[in-house]
Amino acid sequence: MAIGWYLVVSALVFCIGAAGVLLRRNPLVVLLCLELMLNAANLALIAFSRMHGNGDGQVFAIIVMVVAACEVCIGLGLVVAIFRRRLPIDVDELRELHG
Amino acid sequence: MAEVLFFIAGIGAVAGAVGVASLRNAFYAVLALVFHLLSLAALFLLLRAEFVAAAQVVVYAGAVMVLYVFVVAYVGGDASPVRHPNKTQVRAFAFLAAALLFVELAIATLGSGLKAIDGEGAPYEAGFGSPEQIGELLLTRFLLPFELASFLLLIAAVGAVVLARRRGGITTDDERAVSFREALRPAGTGTMREGVRGLIDQPVSAPTGVHDAEAMGAGETGTRGDRVSTAAGTGASSSPEDQG
Repeated sequence: MAIGWYLVVSALVFCIGAAGVLLRRNPLVVLLCLELMLNAANLALIAFSRMHGNGDGQVFAIIVMVVAACEVCIGLGLVVAIFRRRLPIDVDELRELHG
Repeated sequence: MAEVLFFIAGIGAVAGAVGVASLRNAFYAVLALVFHLLSLAALFLLLRAEFVAAAQVVVYAGAVMVLYVFVVAYVGGDASPVRHPNKTQVRAFAFLAAALLFVELAIATLGSGLKAIDGEGAPYEAGFGSPEQIGELLLTRFLLPFELASFLLLIAAVGAVVLARRRGGITTDDERAVSFREALRPAGTGTMREGVRGLIDQPVSAPTGVHDAEAMGAGETGTRGDRVSTAAGTGASSSPEDQG
């Protein structure tokens, strides 16, 4: 398959993820849609790595996966802390940052 | 054969993404993301990135998704949805923004001067994408990002523990039960009942200064012996101050 097809799939997944971040109001699902966007970027990186025939893009993708794992860790910790304070699990209700 | 596999995996990836963005139940959204990740791993294999595909399946679809499932089960899915007056406008704006973004990306991809985009990529050499190659790159050319990533993981782990701790992290003005077992329990820990009901209260026995010192990590040891002396010294009648 030509490399362009992989880039088209990557762009589609990225746009679906962006629409999900804009649409959904549950912070858990917003985090899942952020994962979608990061994975789309990973697919583009690995496609370009295949195009050039060196492994730099794959190392980049692995580092992106590490950063995504950290983001999930902190995000889910925040969701649990919000839940413990009995605040609404809804990004529209959580606009103010005062405690 | 490669074309057939590509279309199966690509349709699976896009369908999984649509499921994540549209399913109402958060648990089903997590399962759709697992499906999406497995399809992406198949695409990575078609691009001859064996090690990244394996790491994707093991780390992402395995470990991270189990974490998500636990948090979804703990927090629960959507609460009763509040009807916003301008919800249709927000939805229309989101779809429009995503469609415009896709148009822009398609123009950027199709209109780029890269001639190799229409090709199959560089000729395949043995060892491309293997763990040997990735490991050699990580330990020679990309050593600094590798070490920084390990630091980042450490910081994230500490931050998650501090955020999601039972007590001493974020406190509220909830009612506080006074009992003998509370006095013997280390700071920063809690009971299973509190985990289910979401109660937050502070250890009854510790005055504010001691509690502050222990919230920095001395109370996280999990041993009960080091708290007994301070608890006996202060007595259970001292009322803790709010820290919020």
